[in-house]
Amino acid sequence: MDKGFSPVGLRVLVVDDDPTWLKILEKMLKKCSYEVTTCGLAREALRLLRERKDGYDIVISDVNMPDMDGFKLLEHVGLELDLPVIMMSVDGETKRVMKGVQHGACDYLLKPIRMKELKIIWQHVLRKKLQEVRDIEGCCYEGGADWFTRNDETHYLGGGEDVSFGKKRKEFDFEKKLLQDESDPSSSSSKKARVVWSFELHQKFVNAVNQIGCDHKAGPKKILDLMNVPWLTRENVASHLQKYRLYLSRLEKGKELKCYSGGVKNIDSPPKDSEFSSGHQSPGKNSYGFSGGSSLIHKAETDPKQLASSSVSDPSDVHMPPKAKKSRIEFDPPISSSCAFESLLPWSDVPDPLESKPTILYESSFLQQQPLLPSQSPYVANSAPTLMQDEMKPSYETCVNADAFLMPQDKNSTVMILQDLALPTPYAMKLQEASSNVTNDTESILRSLNWELPESHHSGFIDTDLDFSWIQNEHFLANTSGNFQNFQFQDYSCSPSLLSELPPHLWFGNDPDECTLMVDHGLFIS
Amino acid sequence: MELGQMQKSLQDYTKSLFVEGILDSQFLQLPQLQDESNSDFVSQVVSLFFQDSDRILNDLSLSLDQKVVDFEKVDPYVHQLKGSSSSIGAQRVKNACVVFRSFCEQKNVEACHRCLQQVKQEYYLVKNRLETLFKLEQQIVASGGMISAMDLGF
Repeated sequence: MDKGFSPVGLRVLVVDDDPTWLKILEKMLKKCSYEVTTCGLAREALRLLRERKDGYDIVISDVNMPDMDGFKLLEHVGLELDLPVIMMSVDGETKRVMKGVQHGACDYLLKPIRMKELKIIWQHVLRKKLQEVRDIEGCCYEGGADWFTRNDETHYLGGGEDVSFGKKRKEFDFEKKLLQDESDPSSSSSKKARVVWSFELHQKFVNAVNQIGCDHKAGPKKILDLMNVPWLTRENVASHLQKYRLYLSRLEKGKELKCYSGGVKNIDSPPKDSEFSSGHQSPGKNSYGFSGGSSLIHKAETDPKQLASSSVSDPSDVHMPPKAKKSRIEFDPPISSSCAFESLLPWSDVPDPLESKPTILYESSFLQQQPLLPSQSPYVANSAPTLMQDEMKPSYETCVNADAFLMPQDKNSTVMILQDLALPTPYAMKLQEASSNVTNDTESILRSLNWELPESHHSGFIDTDLDFSWIQNEHFLANTSGNFQNFQFQDYSCSPSLLSELPPHLWFGNDPDECTLMVDHGLFIS
Repeated sequence: MELGQMQKSLQDYTKSLFVEGILDSQFLQLPQLQDESNSDFVSQVVSLFFQDSDRILNDLSLSLDQKVVDFEKVDPYVHQLKGSSSSIGAQRVKNACVVFRSFCEQKNVEACHRCLQQVKQEYYLVKNRLETLFKLEQQIVASGGMISAMDLGF
C-alpha cells in the first residue's frame, strides 16, 4: 500500500557488547543497504537515540550487555522513543524469548544471525508506521497529510529526500474512506467512525465555541452547527467539548498544571462503576464502557452542566478536574497519551496540584524520562483509562496556544499530581489510581486487554507490558513530532494507536446508551 | 610448492576444520561479507574474536580462581564466550561453553574448572587452526594466487 516504500536506507542502530558480532552485524546490515550505526554499550546507545530522536528507524540489541540489561534498554527505547526493537542472543531459551516479547521486542533473533533475517527487519518499521497512519486517518486529514508525509520523510530517511517510507496523500484518503465506511451506525457491531481531531478540525471547533461565547451556552449542538462539518456528530463534539473544558480548567490552575493531564486524565477515568460516581452519572449519560463495570472508558458527557455538577459531586474524583471525568476516547488514545505524556513528564511532586510545577516540556524532558517502573500492578488497572484520557492532553495544549477561549474554571479540581514519581504520565496516573480507584473489575479487564493484544509486544504481563505498550505509543508521538506545538491534534494521528484496533464502538463514547466496552479487542495494540 | 598445490592444501585444510567440527557453517558466512571495501574482513573479524576471547578467558580464569567462586560472575563470562564463538562459527568452543554453563548452574566448582580447561583447549585449537589457515592463504596470495570463498572447498 505504500508505493514508495523501500527498505533502503533504513537507519539501524546495533547494540552489542561483543565486538566480533558488532563488526559482523554491521557488515551484514550494510549489505542489506541499511544505514548502520554501531554501539558497544547500552548507555551509549540510549544517548545516541536520545540525541537524535528521529535519527533511527529500528534498534537491534543484544540481550546481555555489561552495563545494562538488554531488556532494560528495550524498555527505555520503547518508552521514550517508540522505536521497534529487535533483540538478539546466542541463548534461545523460551523464557528469554518470552521476556523479550513481554518487554516489547518486535522480534528475537538467535545468534548466529543470518543475512536473510536481517534483510526483513524493515517490516517491523513499516508495520509500526502503518499502524500509526491508520490512526491518523480520518476526515481531518487534509491539513495533516502534508505534515505527516513531511515528517515521514524526515523520520524515515533522516533527510528531506524522496519519501521511501512515508505514505502518500492518496493512501491516507483511502484509509480514511475505509474507516468511514466502517462507521455504519446501523451495523450490528455498532462501529463508529473514529474521529480524529486534526488541528484544522479543532480550530473549527474552537472558533465555533468562541463564537458562541459563553461556556454554558456552548452546547455541542450549537458548536456542531457552527462548525459545519458534515460528518461530525453531536456526540463527537460533545466529547471533544468535555476534553476541551477540562483542558482549559487545567490551564486555569496554572501552566504547570498541564502536567497533570495525565494525572487528571487518570482521574478522569477512574475505574469506577456507574454506581460510584452517582453524581456524575445519569442514566445514559456516563456509561463506563467496560465489561465488568469499571469505568475505564468514560462516555462523553453530553451535557456540560452535568459535567460540572458531576465532577463536583463525585468524591472519588476529587482530584479530577471538573470535567475530566468524561474523557473520551474518540481521539486516538495513543496520540494524546503521547502528548499528555510529554507534558506530564517533569513531575516533581505529587501532592499539591496547585504548587508550581515544572513547566511542561514537550519533548526533551519527556524523552529523558527515566524508564518506567515495570511492575506496578495497580498501575495496570489504570493504564487503559489513562490512555484514553491522555489523548485529550495534547489537544488542549494546543488549544491554549491557539485559542484563548476560556472556560469557567472549576475550582474543585484537585488534580493530584503524581509528579513526584517523575514517572511518565501513564505511570503517574496509575499510581494515582492505584491508591484509590483500582477495582478488581478494572484489573481483570486490563488483564484481559493485555492478553488480547494481538500484536502487542507486551502481551502477557500486565505489569510491564501494559505500561509499555501504550507508553510506547506515546513516545512515538514525541519521537515523530519535532515540535509538539505544531502538531497538536495531529498528534493523535501520528502515534501508533494503542486503541487503533479497538472497535470504534468500544471507545466512542458518543452514544450515551452504550455501556459496554468490549475490552477483549486488544486495547493495546502496538 | 606451486600455486595449485597450495590452493589444494588450503582447501583440504579448510575442509578438515569442518569435518572435525572445529568450525561450523557460520564461518562460511564471513567470506561472503568480504568485498573490495574491506578485503581482509575475515581476518579482522577473526582477530577480534581472538582478542575478545583472550580477555574473556582471562577474566573467567580469575573468577574461577577465587576462594569463593561467584557464579553470578562466572556464568556471564561463559555466556559471552559462547556468543563470541558463535560469531565465527567456533563450534567446539561454543559447545564446550554450553556444557560449562550447565555446571555453572549447578554451582559445581570442580566441574567448572574442568569445563574451563576444556573450553581453553578448544579455543587454542581453533585459534591455532585458523592461524594456520590464514598463513596458507597469505602464502597463496603472496605467490600471486587468489583466495575466494570457493576455495574453502564448499
